[in-house]
Amino acid sequence: MQIYLPIADLPVDIFLVLAMGLAVGFISGMFGIGGGFLMTPLLIFIGISPAVAVASVASHIAASSCSGVISYWRRRSVDLALGLMLLAGGILGTAVGVWLFSVLRAMGQLDLTIGVSYVVLLSSVGGLMINESVRAIVREQSGKAVVFRRGGAHTWIHGLPLKMRFKRSKIYVSAIPVWAIGFIIGFIGSVLGIGGGFLLVPMLIYFLRVPTATVIGTSMVLTLITMASATVMHAATNHLVDAVLALILMVGGVIGAQFGARAGQNMRGERLRLLLGLLVLAVGLRFAYQLMVQPGDLYSIRQLGAE
Amino acid sequence: MTHRSTIAAAVLAILLAAGAPAYAERLVATMSRHQVLVNSSFTGTSIVLFGTIEPDTPASRRRTTGYDLVVTVTGPKQTLVARKKERMLVIWTNMDSRTFVNVPSYLAVLSTQPFEQFTTADMIRQQQLGIDNFLLPQQIGPDIGDPGRNDPFRTQLVRLKTEHQFYSQKTNGVTLLTPTVFRTEVALPAQSQIGNYDVDIKVFADRQLITRGGSAFEIVKVGFEQFVANAAREYGFVYGLAAAMMAMVTGWLASVVFRRD
Repeated sequence: MQIYLPIADLPVDIFLVLAMGLAVGFISGMFGIGGGFLMTPLLIFIGISPAVAVASVASHIAASSCSGVISYWRRRSVDLALGLMLLAGGILGTAVGVWLFSVLRAMGQLDLTIGVSYVVLLSSVGGLMINESVRAIVREQSGKAVVFRRGGAHTWIHGLPLKMRFKRSKIYVSAIPVWAIGFIIGFIGSVLGIGGGFLLVPMLIYFLRVPTATVIGTSMVLTLITMASATVMHAATNHLVDAVLALILMVGGVIGAQFGARAGQNMRGERLRLLLGLLVLAVGLRFAYQLMVQPGDLYSIRQLGAE
Repeated sequence: MTHRSTIAAAVLAILLAAGAPAYAERLVATMSRHQVLVNSSFTGTSIVLFGTIEPDTPASRRRTTGYDLVVTVTGPKQTLVARKKERMLVIWTNMDSRTFVNVPSYLAVLSTQPFEQFTTADMIRQQQLGIDNFLLPQQIGPDIGDPGRNDPFRTQLVRLKTEHQFYSQKTNGVTLLTPTVFRTEVALPAQSQIGNYDVDIKVFADRQLITRGGSAFEIVKVGFEQFVANAAREYGFVYGLAAAMMAMVTGWLASVVFRRD
C-alpha cells in the first residue's frame, strides 16, 4: 500500500517502511542500540533524500530509546545524574551538529561527509568491537582467567579537575570528560542521523568505568534527549522532519525492539558484541565500497535549498 | 525611389494582412480537470487535454495541409544544481557543478508528429519546440544563458529529468480525433512539484504557426498532507516539538503494551 510522505514528497510502500522499522528495531532491541546507523542508509536506499532521512530518523530513535529508558528506569538502572551531565555536553554538540549539517547542505557536500564519516566511524568501531570480543571468546575458551583492570585503576582522565560523584554508578570522575563525551555523541548524532548508542556505551565503559548495570540505561537517557532535541532543531532550522515517515518507523521500531530484546537475552555478552561488531563493520564497508567504486551515474541534480 | 518604397510598403502590408489570418482559426481547449489533489494515496496521475480548432474561415479553406499541434506543459520553476562526480584520490565525490536558474520542474512536449514534418527549422528554434530547443538557462559566471543542446550538463540534466519522468517528449502524444478535434494526455509522476502548471498549445498548418492558446492546472496538497507540510514550513519549532512528543508517546505506549513485569 503506497502512502505519500508530505515532507519527503514521495510515495513509499507503507509495509516496506514498517518492515524496515521492525528489522532495525529487532537489531536495536537485541544489542541495546538505537539502530540509526542502519536506518538512515536504508531510507536513503529507498529514495528518501539523505537530509530528510537523517532528520526523521532522529525522532524514530527518540521513540525507541524512550521505551528503553522506561523499562530500565523501572529496574532502577538509570544514573540520572550522569545522564544529565552527559546531556549538558550533548545539547551543545547537537546544536553544533545541526548547524554544520545546514552548512554542508548548502555546500553540496552532505552526501560525501555522511559517506566518509560512516566509513571511518563504523569501520573503526566495528573493528575494535570484533577485536575485543574475539579476544574475550578466545580467552574464555582457553580457560584463562579473565583479567579486568581493577575497579580503582586510574587513567589520565581521573587526574582532571571538577570531580563529581555519581552515586548510582558508584564512580567519582571529573565532569570534563563527561561533557566531552556528551558533546561528541550529540554532534555525531545530529550530523549523521545516528543515536550514537553503539559509541556511547563503550566510551562510558572504557573512559569513565561506568559499571555495566547502569551503562545502557544511562546511555539511553542521553540518546532519548539528544535525539528528541535533534528532532526539534532539525524541524526548526531545516524543516525536514517527516512526521508520517517517522511515525511508521517508530511503530515498527518499538515492536521489533521487544522481540529483539528477548532474542538478545539468550545470548552470551561477547558473542553479542562480536555479532554487533560484524554488523557495524559490514555497514562501514558497504559505505566504503559505495565511495570507491565508480558510481553508475556520475551526474546528479538537486534543487537548490533542498536536498 | 519613393515609388519603389511605396510598393515595398504595399507588399509588406499585403504580407502582413496575409499573416494576420494567422489567428483566423480559433483554438478552443480545456482540461479534464484544473486541479490535482495530492493526498496520502497520491501515486501520480494524468490529465486529459482536449479541444478543437475552428477552421470555418476563408483562410482555413485555403490550407494545403492538415493541422498539427505542439502542446508544451511546464511545471513550477526551480533552481537546480547539477553535479558531476569525479575521482579524488580513492573516492568518488561531487566536483564540477552547474546551477540551472528557473528551469521548469516539469516539462512535457507532446505533438502530433515530429516537428520537421510540419514546420521549418527556424520555426522550431524560434518557438522553442521540444526539449532540445527549450530554454534551460544556467549560471555561467555572472551571466545567465543556455549554451545549447550539446552542453554536457544540460544533456545530463535532461537525461536525469527524463529518467524520473519529469521531462518527456512524445512526437505522437497528440491525437487528432477528426482533422480539427484533438486530444492528449499529460502524465504527472508521483513526485511532481506542488504548484501551477502552464499548458501552451501551438497549432501549425502550411509549415507556419497559425494560432496558439493556453490552459493551466495546479497541483495542490490537501487535507492531512497539506496540514503537515504547512506546519513543518510555517511552524518548524512547534512541529518539531510535536514530532518529539509523538516519539515519546509511541515509546511509552510500547513499554506499556509490552510490559513484562
